[in-house]
Order: sequence, then structure tokens, then C-alpha cells
Amino acid sequence: MDNREILVDIKNLRTFFYTEDGVVPAVDGIDLTIHRGEVVGLVGESGCGKSVTALSIIRLIPNPPGKIIGGEIFFHGEDLLKKNAEEMRMIRGDKISMIFQEPMTSLNPVYTIGDQISEAITLHQKIDAVEAKKRTIEMLHLVGIPEPERRFSQYPHEMSGGMRQRVMIAMALSSNPDLLISDEATTALDVTIQAQILDLMRGLQKKLGMAILIITHNLAVVAEMAETISIAYAGKIVESASAREIFKSPHHPYTYGLLQSIPKFTEKKTNEPLPAIEGMVPSPYHMPKGCRFNPRCPFATEKCREEEPEILEFSPGHLVRCFHPIES
Amino acid sequence: MTTRLVEVQQLKKWFPVKGGVFAKTVASVKAVDEVSFFIDQGETLSLVGESGSGKTTAGRTMLKLLRPTSGKIIYKGKDITNLTPNQMRPLRRNMQIMFQDPYGSLNPRMPVGDIIQEPLDVHGIGTRKERKQAVATMMETVGLRPEYEKRYPHEFSGGQRQRIGVARALIINPELLVLDEPISALDVSIQSQIINLLQELQQRLSLTYLFIAHDLAVVRHMSDRVAVMYLGKIVETADNDELFDHPLHPYTQALLSAVPVPDPDVKRERIILQGDVPSPVNPPSGCHFRTRCPYAMPICKDQEPLVIEVAPGHTVACHLLTQK
Repeated sequence: MDNREILVDIKNLRTFFYTEDGVVPAVDGIDLTIHRGEVVGLVGESGCGKSVTALSIIRLIPNPPGKIIGGEIFFHGEDLLKKNAEEMRMIRGDKISMIFQEPMTSLNPVYTIGDQISEAITLHQKIDAVEAKKRTIEMLHLVGIPEPERRFSQYPHEMSGGMRQRVMIAMALSSNPDLLISDEATTALDVTIQAQILDLMRGLQKKLGMAILIITHNLAVVAEMAETISIAYAGKIVESASAREIFKSPHHPYTYGLLQSIPKFTEKKTNEPLPAIEGMVPSPYHMPKGCRFNPRCPFATEKCREEEPEILEFSPGHLVRCFHPIES
Repeated sequence: MTTRLVEVQQLKKWFPVKGGVFAKTVASVKAVDEVSFFIDQGETLSLVGESGSGKTTAGRTMLKLLRPTSGKIIYKGKDITNLTPNQMRPLRRNMQIMFQDPYGSLNPRMPVGDIIQEPLDVHGIGTRKERKQAVATMMETVGLRPEYEKRYPHEFSGGQRQRIGVARALIINPELLVLDEPISALDVSIQSQIINLLQELQQRLSLTYLFIAHDLAVVRHMSDRVAVMYLGKIVETADNDELFDHPLHPYTQALLSAVPVPDPDVKRERIILQGDVPSPVNPPSGCHFRTRCPYAMPICKDQEPLVIEVAPGHTVACHLLTQK
């Protein structure tokens, strides 16, 4: 299928949170493969484990209460879960970078953006301050910030949300990472600004060739950006395939239901109700027995309520975790 | 025959910016700047725009939850702009609002039965028993179990909380409901449930909606007519299909083209707008959009474009249409 070298290979990752109210299996058996230079989408609703997966990759799970209790995360063939804190620090922000939803809370309000980007650069690259400043201005220019020399000495509050997200991208890419993780990076932005940032990310990906893991709840965003998409539900991957396959022939009832339920921007108004998925996401403290989607699934049988389905290859490259996959 | 339920004319809402030792007004945030629109009985008008466009302020000022700076609000043919709060009270029964944040808009110390019943208490409607009965019926209508009336908001999920918000707004039988981003805070699979509920209730109770939203796919699905706002101004208004199929204002065109489509095969011509939305304290002279407009001309800086009707019900404020 994909001849490119495998960059990230997550196998059966399990990250649990031990809270006073009980154990939350936030990530409970997630498998994910990212090739070099590939754009992968990880999609799901709140509580599906998509952000915890990202934080597990960079080993930033707050412990306690969180703990990675099983699985492997291979990056360049080495298991990140076997690295010590010091080794992880050298990878984080260097070969793997991450951008978050709210750029304001990710930036330090009392330092200029130039200082913050230079700091990230000097931390990972052996260059002096003058060189770092030059590189910072280069990066600001690269992410389309006008007048980078002037912007260098500005503080985060002097910039708009879209500009701050550009700063975050500049910082994340300053180390020339192999993997950029984008966790809902455009969710808080307005539509026209979101279009700018997505356009920028697409352009930079082509130019610099890094792999991107896009974590989002927005199916439209991954449709435009990702080559491969994994759909997560209640801590598990339920379906994984090329973007085209996911949108054209979804096999898992959850994926199918989700795609059916979103209003289509290109379709004329009707008074027909949307085909909604009934019920709601299960409480993480009380995961349903068997398939986790069974209480909301229109095709659920006795078997689904008792046994947990494995994720299996339905057709080449198309994985589905379901006893009764939809043929479409 | 359609009847006009509400109309606003040249509505302005400016917020003062205080500064200096004596807290004098040094500037104004022109949140809503001479906006006109109407809503007919039983229809849904959507106000769309990005953050800071003034859509929420326009909705709240229309309900007189904010005092208008100038302009007129006409409800069922009656000018309500200058009514006192006391004079407004009987009218308030007819107009309700539902908010975006299902967490912040419900009193955490009140059982949901009381929350839903409160409007009945405020307006003194029915006997104690009738109110209780009305709450139970309304809870069922919006898809909540009536036996949950003793529970508190924190025991409910976001989607259920929005159902509580709908129940509270509808319990006194309003004619007009302002929906301020009612689904933006919800998960994707829950959004469609609330959209369906709102549409079903609209038909069953012949409600009129002012739908304030930024998600254009939802707007397309819900609205009869759409008004697009940019920096305090309405730049274009048209019927749903007309607006989405033949947008005329450059901002509307850019906005529509920026919406990502959940179909990897669709490759759309995208208009990427440069820069950010300017501050509403000091909006650009002339046409507010000119600083980001790909077609800006000298006249756009000097003169504010007039709103012109290009087709029945389709109005646009842009110099491109008059300069040809």
C-alpha cells in the first residue's frame, strides 16, 4: 500500500486516568500508523480519547491521575514509552512538535513572541542568540506574518487569534520536526481565518515534508487535509481507512451515522429531519459491555452487547471494528 | 399571506469605551451600526458572521435586552423602541432567547423543574398545579424525562442542557425565539438531535426564529432567509438558496468559499481573505470590508455603499454593483 517509511506506529495504546470517582479508560486500545510525510486525521467527539492519544505520544500525560498502562509507541523504530524524561525532552519540540486549540494559553503572556520562538530554537539547536533571532524572523516570515522584524518584539496579546496560531506554528516548525501534531488547532478560529491556517499548513507540509497528525472533531477539516483517517469512539479506533474510503464507503455504523447526521453545506434546504445518532456518548466510568457503540447502534445484536469486536481488515487498507459492518 | 412579526430599522448599538481620569467616553465600539432586517411569522432568519461581527448584539438589541443607541424596533406593527421595562413585560412573553453555553446559562443551584417553571412564575401564569403540569408536558416535548425535574443541571450532558434551555424558552408559548449559537458547544452527534428538535418544534408550535450562527452548513439546513454581517453591518440578505447559490457581496463569497466541505472529492475554488477583521472601535472608512476586499476601489474608501435590492428579497451593500 504505502511504500513510505513508517514514522509513528502506535500499537494497542492504553492510557487510563485513576480518579476519585473511578477509573477512566480514556484510551483503550488505539492503533495508529503514520508514514513519513503523511497527513493523518484522528477524528472523534469529546471523550473519545483523541487528545489523550496525542499527549501520550509526547508523553505529557499528567501523572497522577493519568498513566500509560500498556502498548507501544514506535517513533523512528524506537519505543517512546521506554525513553526516560531527559530523552523525551530532547524529542519533544524537536522531532515531534504540537500545536493546540487555544494559542493564547499556549503562549507566555509576559515574553515577546520573538523571545519565545528563539528560546525553542536555542533549546534544540546549537546556535547563538543572533543566529536564533535570524532564524525566528525567517520562521515568522514562513508562516505568513507580515513585518516579522516588528512582530518579533510584540507580546501575544497584541496579536489576533489567527496570528497567534501562526506564531505557534512557527515555533512548532522551527526545529524542522518529522511529526507535527495539531490538536483542534483551527477549532477556535473564525471560518475565514481557519481557511487561512489550513491553507498555510497544507503549503508548509508540501514545502517541508513533515508528517501531520490532525486531531479534530470536524469531519470537513480532515476531508480537506488528511490522506488517511481514523475514527475514534469511547477510547477505541472504530474505523480506519483512506480519506476517500471513509467518506465514500464508511463501514462502521458510527462513522456512517456521523456522516449522515451533519448538515450538508452544498445541499438545498429541506424540512426533513437529519438522520441523527440517538443517545449520547457513554460515561467513561460506565463503559457499556461488548461493543462500546452498541447502545446507540441501530444494528446492534445480542452478540454486540456481550462480546467486544476486534478491529479487522474489511477490504485492503480499510479497518473496521464491528460485527455487522455496513456494506456500501 | 405572510405577516411581518418583527422589523428593525437602522438599528445602532454602540458601547462606550471609557478612558482618562474622569472616565469620559473616549470612543465607541460600533457593535451594530445601522442594521435593518425583518422576520416574517413562522420563518427562520439567520444572522451569520464571524466573531465581532455584531450578530449576537443585534439579536439582543432586537429583544431590547440591550438598549438601542438609535434606530427602531417594530414588533407586530408597534414601535417598541422606547417602551419602559414595565411596558415591555407583557411583550416579553412573546419573545424568548436561548443561549450558546449550556453550562453557563442554567442556575446550578436550581432543580431543572424550577428552571423550566421560572418564566411561568415571573409572568404569573396558571395555578401551582397547572404550572407543574406544564413543566412535565414541556419536558416531554423536548425529550427529557419528566421524572428528572428534581435533578440539578450538573447531572445533565451538554445536549440535555440545551433541551432544558429550549424548554425554559418555550414554556410560556412565545412567538419569537432568538437562538444564539444553540448548537456550537455540542458534540457533532448531538448537534443533529438539537437541530431536529428545533425544527420539529418550529413546525408544531409555529414559531419564528432568529438563528444566530457561524456554522454555515447548519444555517443552510435551518434557514428560510439569511443575513450576512461584517463588522456591525449587514452586507447581504437573501433567501437561503439565493444566498448560497448566488452570493454577490465579496465578503459573502469569501465566507462561503472558506467553509470546509466533508467530501474529499470536492475541490473548491477558495478565496483566501488576507488579514484579520479590523477593530469595531475604529472601523475602516467607507465600506467596512474594503481593507480585506480583493476588489476594493477608490470609492470604497470614501463612501459607504448603499443597500440596494438586486432581486426581490436580495439586498446587497457593495459599490461593485453600482459602479459597473
